[in-house]
Amino acid sequence: MNLWDTNEIDYAGLGFRCGIEIHQQLDTHQKLFCHCPVGLVEGPANARLFRHMRPTLSEMGEYDGTALMEKKTRKEIIYEILNDRVCTYEMDDTPPFLINQQAVDIGIKLALLFQCKIVDEAHISRKQYLDGSIPTGFQRTTVLGTDGWMPYKDRRITIRQINVEEDACREVSDVGHRIVFRTDRLSTPLVEVITAPDMRNPIEAGEVTKLLAETNRISGLVRRGIGAARQDVNVSITGGDRVEIKGVERIGLIPGLTHFEALRQKSLLELRDELCNRDISLDNFAYNISDATRHLLKTPEFVGHWAVDQGGVIGAICIRGFGGLIGWYVFPERTFADELGGRVRVIACLDKTPNLAHRLNRAALGIPEREWESIGKGLNANTNDALIVTWGPQRDVVTALEEIAARCREAISGVPQETRQVLSNGRYTDFERILPGPDRMYPDTDHPPIPIEMKRVSNARASIPEFPWERRRKLSEAGLSQQLVSQLIVHPRFEIFQKMVEISGDIRWAARLVAETIKHLQRRGFETANLTDKRLLDLAESYREKEFYREGTLDILKVICKRNRKVSEAIDEIIFKITDEEAELIFEDLSDTANLPADPFKQKRYLMGQVMRKYRGAIPGKRLWDKVSAMTSRKDKATSEPRE
Amino acid sequence: MATVDDPYKGYRNSGLETLKKFDVRVWDRVKVLSESGTFEGVLLPRNEMADTFHIVLKLDTGYNVGVRAERISAIENTGRSEGHYKVPEKEFPYDPEKHNVVLLGTGGTIASRLDYTTGAVIPAFSPGELFGAVPELADICNLQTHKVFGIFSEDMGPAQYIPLAQRIYKEINDGAEGIIIGHGTDTMHHTAAILTFMVQNPPVPIILVGSQRSSDRPSSDAARNLINAAMAATGPIAEIMVCMFGPTSDKYGLLHRGTRVRKMHSSYRSAFRTIGDIPLATVDRENGVKPLRRDFNPRGGSGKEFKLVPTFNEKVTILYYYPNMQENLIRAIVGAGYEGIVIAGTGLGHINRPLYNVIRWATGQGVHIYMTVQTLWGFVQMFVYDNGRYLMDCGIVPLANMLPEVAYMKLSWVLGQTNDREEVKKIMLTPINGEITERERPDGYLVFQGGLPEVEQFMRDYLL
Ligand SMILES: [Zn+2]
Repeated sequence: MNLWDTNEIDYAGLGFRCGIEIHQQLDTHQKLFCHCPVGLVEGPANARLFRHMRPTLSEMGEYDGTALMEKKTRKEIIYEILNDRVCTYEMDDTPPFLINQQAVDIGIKLALLFQCKIVDEAHISRKQYLDGSIPTGFQRTTVLGTDGWMPYKDRRITIRQINVEEDACREVSDVGHRIVFRTDRLSTPLVEVITAPDMRNPIEAGEVTKLLAETNRISGLVRRGIGAARQDVNVSITGGDRVEIKGVERIGLIPGLTHFEALRQKSLLELRDELCNRDISLDNFAYNISDATRHLLKTPEFVGHWAVDQGGVIGAICIRGFGGLIGWYVFPERTFADELGGRVRVIACLDKTPNLAHRLNRAALGIPEREWESIGKGLNANTNDALIVTWGPQRDVVTALEEIAARCREAISGVPQETRQVLSNGRYTDFERILPGPDRMYPDTDHPPIPIEMKRVSNARASIPEFPWERRRKLSEAGLSQQLVSQLIVHPRFEIFQKMVEISGDIRWAARLVAETIKHLQRRGFETANLTDKRLLDLAESYREKEFYREGTLDILKVICKRNRKVSEAIDEIIFKITDEEAELIFEDLSDTANLPADPFKQKRYLMGQVMRKYRGAIPGKRLWDKVSAMTSRKDKATSEPRE
Repeated sequence: MATVDDPYKGYRNSGLETLKKFDVRVWDRVKVLSESGTFEGVLLPRNEMADTFHIVLKLDTGYNVGVRAERISAIENTGRSEGHYKVPEKEFPYDPEKHNVVLLGTGGTIASRLDYTTGAVIPAFSPGELFGAVPELADICNLQTHKVFGIFSEDMGPAQYIPLAQRIYKEINDGAEGIIIGHGTDTMHHTAAILTFMVQNPPVPIILVGSQRSSDRPSSDAARNLINAAMAATGPIAEIMVCMFGPTSDKYGLLHRGTRVRKMHSSYRSAFRTIGDIPLATVDRENGVKPLRRDFNPRGGSGKEFKLVPTFNEKVTILYYYPNMQENLIRAIVGAGYEGIVIAGTGLGHINRPLYNVIRWATGQGVHIYMTVQTLWGFVQMFVYDNGRYLMDCGIVPLANMLPEVAYMKLSWVLGQTNDREEVKKIMLTPINGEITERERPDGYLVFQGGLPEVEQFMRDYLL
């Protein structure tokens, strides 16, 4: 079986289920709960803040899993403050102002586009994030729509909830116990669209995400560009558990990521079965740990020796009955050791990799056979057991050993619920944090409820664009290519495009102009800002009046861009005004042209070139082509229309 | 705080009728069918301030929504989910090597637990509860707690000041080696001032502490402030002090002398500042109390008598002067029976000329009028201009650099003891603990101006 090929996997057999959460920034002027302008800034920060997060006690005084994990990491958090982008609200030094009503209106419209029911009264909730990405320790969020749907293939994808919420900080660095965030992005209004786990295979996951993004963008109410949209992808298989792949910025990565996550869960379930075969259970799971520093004091070639030099320690753990399982494959190129390494990196903050040594890599990491055996002997390890060594500051090593044991213990149950981040290769994921439960939500006492009157909803309903799937169907029926359709339906000038079609009556001409030609000119450095909406409509009118023909379009656009001319001026400037009789004379001129290439096809091209140079746009290209074809000695099979 | 007793907590009119009609109560698990959708979740209490047309549900996703009562066609009761109103207790350990500290609660929450079902904040107060919430405290001191009252900081007044002062005095005589007072932040500096006058020359630290971000949020300053307060309460400075964040970053707390401290921002963590002087010390868990000056009263006492003077006269007011203030205002105050007025004057201590006669009249009526400055920083200097001299001739007494709120507290306290003009004046002008200083240090006035290159540089180099 080729693990890289999604066609070879029986996803239905695996019980593959996938749900998408798409986050997209709203195109508002101000942030969600204060009056700061939205936008990122580069350059040095104006000031810095230093904070910690302290988990709040939850039910029965226990900290929930995520909170406990974040407490173990003992992170120091630095916020880079930008005077022009944040105020005391983002610093968590002032309570929220009333919610940005523009964002609420956009949220309502998007919820309607996803055919949701709009809530009667919105309540702001706090969703805890203890990783420091939000200085308050929670994200303010509110549900505006529920119970929507979107057509896909022959079925419906359920849209569970549409929320409007504030964006988090940008992470600058995360080294050891210190994490640095930049606050400019913080509190930018976002919409969160949450689907049910309705996607049945990785291809569907990618396609549906694309449709969700398309629907957001079609509204013309969301921000575009890098970082403006991020996806969280939830994957599970039968017997596995919900794993969230967080912050995927490129939709194209989703099929691969979900595919490998399904395989990862499958491998972990197989590992569970293997442990079961070995009679290892939660009840008899056992391990012991030791300080292995003395065994490796005199092996400077050991890559972890720096820990000793810096006053740290080398710790060892023996997991009973796990012999040979540390190298268990969980991805085609990843093993159970990577699962352990991820936990150690995140929770114990031992982020200098490699951060673990085990039987398979110990030689490469410079631990000689003899020392390895003496460490094992110290722990009474035998061949049935797994031996793992880790190194760093003492407190962190203690945390790391506990985490290794905890993760091995979880292997007995199968797949731990967790949030995973995408590695730089865009294919695999690594542990990010324990998946937080619904327990992390609580009401925001700083903000009153927001009643949403029916009038407001009906006004919003009147102003939403047509559904993207309807737009797509209409354009496809008009004969446009799928590529053009995809570009057009989310195009910011879609409405102008529609008007141009109405005026000109030529959808192909208008489609190519709006979706392709303008982009092409922009890429070549033309001042396409001069192509105002009015000028495009004028152009469509001139085109309808046959003041120029299709072949002249590019040249006219170039003149408008370059010299900022009105459409009529540009046409006057470059399009020859000729009558039909004059056109006939031109063709006669051509007939006595010397230097004709011998090859008949080349002959035609040559003649076309001659005449087009001067009369492009003044005579329909089709008519020229027919004429030139008639003039050349032999009919050629190449009768395709000349291209711009 | 929500209680479990009222099954329709906070609901009125159409909301209440709907609940009754479908026979459901707060904390029931329900399925609501409405034109706005079908919702499953827990029925929550309604905020009394909110409108009466909606019912509130906590959905299984953790989100809350309000459903308009008139659009509801059915509510199905599917079970019950009640909040847990208990903070887990762990026994606070006792260590004979550590100082015995008494924590007196006046209201507000220092530490708390959150009930995620209801969103209710459940205060942690007993030593056991506090130990569960802020276990670091056990490394610092032995702790006893007493809830003296449970009111908001803005509702504090003499009815609280006097029993609080008496309680502190008693606890110290009974052997407390440090006192912490949990207090809302709004009037913390008022309480700090009056306690300084009522509980004089304490042999142990008396620390007021609170939080600017409530303890139900992960970024709260409450736990850190409480830890700092415990460090201060076991530290070397035996004065009445406010212990709150120095910078807004999680760095260190400042110990402010109770008569020179003022809340200077409505919401910053670093809202409390010493005015016209420097703080007594910095304090944090790692470094303990680090004095910034030597002229503090040391633990054990300075040789002066530790005494309780719990007096207060409520017929005192602060008059915040503004241009064109009318004389009938002062007549009205005197007419209402006020015996003392602290004026917060402009500049060096000025008010407009048309008030001079009424001031002379009022002092003639036996009203005690004192002048402070609304600039907060700097001294009243009534000798500089003729107007000032004339005002003093009218009977106004300048109060040097005493802060207006501190002057209010002190005058109320003094007038609770005597009405003798000269006696009152003598006590007012004799500082009990720093409410008047002989000199203003050059660094006693530092209000940095943002935007200046050197200040911007400072902000880049140091944590806010
Ligand atoms: Zn702001």
